[in-house]
Amino acid sequence: MERRSSPLLLTVLCLGIAFLYLPMVVLVAFSFNASALASVWGGFSTQWYVELVGNRQILGAAALSLEVAALASTGALVLGTLAAIALVRFTRFRGRLLLTGMVNAPLVMPEIITGITQLLLFVSMLQLLGWPSRGMTTIVLAHVAFCTAYVTVTVQSRLASADRSLEEAAMDLGATPFRAFVDVTLPIIAPALVSSWLLSFTLSLDDLVISSFVSGPRSSTLPMVIYSKVKLGVSPDINALASLIITIVGACVLIAGYLVRRAERQQLRDSQLAAG
Amino acid sequence: MRATAGTAGERGAGTPAARRGGLALFVERYGRWLIILPPLLFLVVFFLIPFGFALKISFAEAALRIPPFSDVFSVTPDHRWHLSLSLANYKYLLTDEVYAVSYLYSIRTAFFSTLCCLLIGYPMAYAMARASKATQSILMLVIILPFWTSFLLRVYALEGIIRDQGLLNTALLWLGVIDHPLKIMRTTFAVYLGIVYSYLPFMVLPLYATLEKLDQTLLEAASDLGSRPWQAFLDVTLPLSMPGVIAGSMLVFIPAIGEYVIPALLGGPDNLMIGRVLWDEFFANHDWPVAAAVAVAFLVLLAGPIAIHQHYRVRQLEH
Repeated sequence: MERRSSPLLLTVLCLGIAFLYLPMVVLVAFSFNASALASVWGGFSTQWYVELVGNRQILGAAALSLEVAALASTGALVLGTLAAIALVRFTRFRGRLLLTGMVNAPLVMPEIITGITQLLLFVSMLQLLGWPSRGMTTIVLAHVAFCTAYVTVTVQSRLASADRSLEEAAMDLGATPFRAFVDVTLPIIAPALVSSWLLSFTLSLDDLVISSFVSGPRSSTLPMVIYSKVKLGVSPDINALASLIITIVGACVLIAGYLVRRAERQQLRDSQLAAG
Repeated sequence: MRATAGTAGERGAGTPAARRGGLALFVERYGRWLIILPPLLFLVVFFLIPFGFALKISFAEAALRIPPFSDVFSVTPDHRWHLSLSLANYKYLLTDEVYAVSYLYSIRTAFFSTLCCLLIGYPMAYAMARASKATQSILMLVIILPFWTSFLLRVYALEGIIRDQGLLNTALLWLGVIDHPLKIMRTTFAVYLGIVYSYLPFMVLPLYATLEKLDQTLLEAASDLGSRPWQAFLDVTLPLSMPGVIAGSMLVFIPAIGEYVIPALLGGPDNLMIGRVLWDEFFANHDWPVAAAVAVAFLVLLAGPIAIHQHYRVRQLEH
């Protein structure tokens, strides 16, 4: 619907967006503050970023978090894409309702419940099977579980709107169903795959609650280290770290958004060409 | 895929699979299970079964060992299964006031912050849906960006604004509006502010999705029939956008009840939300069976809202 909005509506929209962005902008601005006092501007300085590079604890936690996020988002991409194909293409199978429930429930399930139940699973498994001991493995497994839900939902909507007849045409021309899917449909859903991998990556990188429950004593992820520092109050090196993360994630989202938009335009052009 | 399998069967011996025989035929017939089973099994093991273990351990007793709870199932020396269920944890939940109070407090906090999100989010989504197509996709990105940004860091950023020496107080003092800093941190207001700040995009996005699809001609028809804009909104737009209202509200309400980070960082000692109680029971008191019982009871209370969310998601996907 394209109609002029009243000034009141536009004001609320602008204020809402300002409300969402102002704290982050202030945080980034103050990360370049030379003064250690967070409320006083003491001139421009990059000293907190320099100090960050020398902080072993933060660097170690960041390395662990990046490794976990890369593994978890890749695992979730594979499982989530398979689940999306199953839910869109196979209209009836045993366990369909169960699968639907299990990919939608994690989207709203309070993290604290997921975290505690998964921890209880892991300690029981360790007791019965001797695997997995708490640490990186358990964090990755827990993250794959909730990221799979996000991947499935993203890919599912894209796959549902993909034109099935192209694939059927490929099969009529002698392609196997697998071949037809890989050559025809995969390029169409590729932007959704890229953006859901990036979404999983940031969700995993960001997770505090579930990681706190399932991690072991010697494996602290970046959010866990940040949280333990933040509990003690605002500190300038955390400002620098937070600004860095916000900037990187922001860049990833913009790239993903651009890719999706470009692909959608391309598809629109293609279908207009085909129709004309 | 079912349809494909059917046509393959009708084409019979002529299909490439039948000619190649064995393996290809097997893949064609059972191939779909190769797609369904990996995610299904993974989620059953790592998402569904954990609830079973939580239920089991909620009947155990705390013990000084690793892991710190007693066995519910055990094998007696004469090789018989022994089941020892303890209802003590649930009895404890009912007798100790702190649990009932924090449940109710969490529901109240989540309810009012959902309402605030709705009151702010609805006009935002409405204005977005009325913008030009190009502006709409930019606005979408603007709303999604905070949703992807670290939750913890956003709460931390908010703390930088509302602290006693934060930007808000500094600005108000400088302007001369107040003489001494406002106390916002560690209050109930800070918790509300934190939840609304963190969850607002979850409310705006589903609302925008329904409002954007709304048939504009219906509103024109209402206005042609003499209805005032405000009346048309109440009679046409609002009822038609109900699926978005419910989806957005559930996306805010359910996670907000279990919120831990916001009350722990922004709230005071009396902002005892259930997530915080659960966290302390686990990490401070090390009472795993009671924590499991709290989680199970919590989940039972959430079953209704989660069912509503599932119902609307499935309906939305079918349309």
